[in-house]
Amino acid sequence: MSKTSTPFFDEMTAPDGTAREAYAAIERWLQSTPRELVATRQAEAEHFFRRIGITFNVYGDDAGTERLIPFDIIPRVLTTTQWRHLERGLEQRVKALNAFIKDVYGQREIIAAGIVPEELVLQNPAFQAEMTRIRPAGDIYVHIAGIDIVRVDPDTFYVLEDNARTPSGVSYMLENREATMRLLPDLFGLHRVQPVDHYTDMLLATLRSVAPRSASGEPTVVLLTPGQFNSAYYEHSFLADKMGVELVEGRDLHVRNNIVYMRTTEGLRRVDVIYRRVDDEFLDPLMFNPASVLGVPGLMAAYGAGNVTIANAVGTGVCDDKAIYSFMPEILKFYLGEEPILKNVPTWRCREPDSLKYVLANLSELVVKEVSGSGGYGMLVGPQATNAQRGEFAAKLKAKPEAFIAQPTLALSTVPCFVEDGTAPRHVDLRPYVLSGADAVRCTPGGLTRVALKKGSLVVNSSQGGGTKDTWVVEG
Amino acid sequence: MLSRMADHLFWLSRYTERAENLARILDVTQRLAAMPSACGGAGNVWQSAIATAALEDAFNARYSEATRVNVVRFIAGIDDNPHSIKTCIETARANARAVRTTITTEMWEILNDSWNDLQRTKASELMKTEGMSRFLARVMEMSLRFDGAAYRTMLRTDQYWFQRLGTFVERADNTARLLDVKYHVLLPEKEHVGGGLDYFQWASILRSVNALTSYHWVYRRSVEPWLVADFLILRPEQPRSLISSYSALHEYLDKLADAYGRQGPAQRLARSTMAKLANTDKDKLFQSGLHEFLTEFIAENNRLGDAIIQQYLS
Repeated sequence: MSKTSTPFFDEMTAPDGTAREAYAAIERWLQSTPRELVATRQAEAEHFFRRIGITFNVYGDDAGTERLIPFDIIPRVLTTTQWRHLERGLEQRVKALNAFIKDVYGQREIIAAGIVPEELVLQNPAFQAEMTRIRPAGDIYVHIAGIDIVRVDPDTFYVLEDNARTPSGVSYMLENREATMRLLPDLFGLHRVQPVDHYTDMLLATLRSVAPRSASGEPTVVLLTPGQFNSAYYEHSFLADKMGVELVEGRDLHVRNNIVYMRTTEGLRRVDVIYRRVDDEFLDPLMFNPASVLGVPGLMAAYGAGNVTIANAVGTGVCDDKAIYSFMPEILKFYLGEEPILKNVPTWRCREPDSLKYVLANLSELVVKEVSGSGGYGMLVGPQATNAQRGEFAAKLKAKPEAFIAQPTLALSTVPCFVEDGTAPRHVDLRPYVLSGADAVRCTPGGLTRVALKKGSLVVNSSQGGGTKDTWVVEG
Repeated sequence: MLSRMADHLFWLSRYTERAENLARILDVTQRLAAMPSACGGAGNVWQSAIATAALEDAFNARYSEATRVNVVRFIAGIDDNPHSIKTCIETARANARAVRTTITTEMWEILNDSWNDLQRTKASELMKTEGMSRFLARVMEMSLRFDGAAYRTMLRTDQYWFQRLGTFVERADNTARLLDVKYHVLLPEKEHVGGGLDYFQWASILRSVNALTSYHWVYRRSVEPWLVADFLILRPEQPRSLISSYSALHEYLDKLADAYGRQGPAQRLARSTMAKLANTDKDKLFQSGLHEFLTEFIAENNRLGDAIIQQYLS
């Protein structure tokens, strides 16, 4: 195994070359296991994922080829101490997000107080005016949040991004655990790893807790999917299956008298809660994109009448773009009167002239992102870009400064991965999933670790060469 | 359950059963073709395979001659036609993917494994008899394992009954068609008892539904044409017979009616066909005309399939 000394904080190996306590057993395992055996386990993992079908088609690919998001077999380890800190911070953050959304669709006090500029909210493409007339059950908007966290040293975690619309990846978190338990049972058994398989129980409890008051008896929950050609389809079917709820498409639902029904073999059956993995735009052709065939005509009317709960609520995108992100510390303070437990990455808003000047002068050190971007696209990683690329980007910035924010390049932590030459450190982030119900906030320990598999790359998104790891929270 | 899910489940069961049926036909034909012509291994066994699979029109639209190469390409699906084993597996797997929540993990893995296996199978391997035999064995195994997984792991609720309905509607259809194609062999002329040449034809019918050995345990004599017809139409002991399929269809439709608190046209149709089969004996069968009987049965079975779709799946 190669021990490369890097300027980055490596989660497993200390600068003196020894393994940190949480990783000690893993280090011993890596040292004592022949490379070929690790390679075999890695291949078995891929076979396992292909078998269960956690694959997807990319438009344009051969009909018979399905892709896998690469899985790296070496687990990423966090201690319970670290996790407790993260968990408190995550709960605080999601509470603030919900309060913010409620306010922007309600009294808009934070705008009146001059803390967040009005245009950022009202001209936000994700702002859904209909939501000013709708009060979701329990005032909860973000039932499922995926908060992306990065780490730069043993004790410093930053929130990189909030995902409050249809955050995905939790099926990888769960299936990665399955794979690791099967393939490395001895190594797994040496640790007391906090379980994650109760996630779907918690998800169901969360969804049931927000059933509308008009629901009678046991609330009927469904999961609305765009269908099997969507790249996250496996996750939709996996979650529906584990929760024991119907997996529906738009065409299975029907609205009559502002009540949502699904078409069953016994006739129409009322639906109370819809966990939707369809974007706002496509939810209701009568209200939004009229060409959408993924949604249900009349769904928004039923929603407005309080006869159905939609999770996550419509219009939550207003809180998860990068410009609003930059205001999170102020947002937290405004609604909760507390200092943020988890720090924001320092962010320059290019819409502000002074910030724009600074950013243009320091492009080679900064990461510049589109405010409404995602998937790692449309961003500039200053230190890795050529002069020509920086020049191009500067022009974009000057043309439309309000569309960009900039952050310092973070020295993301690394975790060893199994690569061609043995093991080598690769940058990782963490996406824990926070569930907010009317009765409780719930969070499974750890979350999904995403890893930038390309050497030196800081981009962990699966669409750009990222992979995933199993995440262990162990005593410590 | 969701109507669309029940629909997918019904059809994926039909396609899986159909794949097995096609594999058996091809397997038996390969065997027959290997025999000397005096024993039935004449040139037109390949034409007969196409007829048995009820694919004459589709085949003739693509090929002018029923040679071994053409028929193998067609039934296995090397030419990507929509009636082939390959398409059955692809369609079953696509339907299974759409209804992940109604089938168990075991059922999914069996279909997915077969599909993955199909992606890896080379056409050149299939054109050789040995390679084709191995492929067909895998297809038949897929169907058995899928059926076994459904039987052993599904909850006994409407999902299970729709899965079974798909299987048995298809099975009844395939068995009746197989018999219908061969009826002229089963009943050459009223007085004609048949000689050695026909024995291999009748035995091949039994082989196509894996019933050759069991025939002997029921009748304890050599294969005779009218007994083959009796065995595969009227004998409840034979799980592939029409009466067995309808006994199952009747039972599962009644269970659905109980669960939903409502009887409908599907239940009535199944009951009437079941009664007709139960009241037929083999003499009556041949008096009224085996071909006529089978033709009418196939039409009624289609009507039952339609009734199930109308009543529950749309």
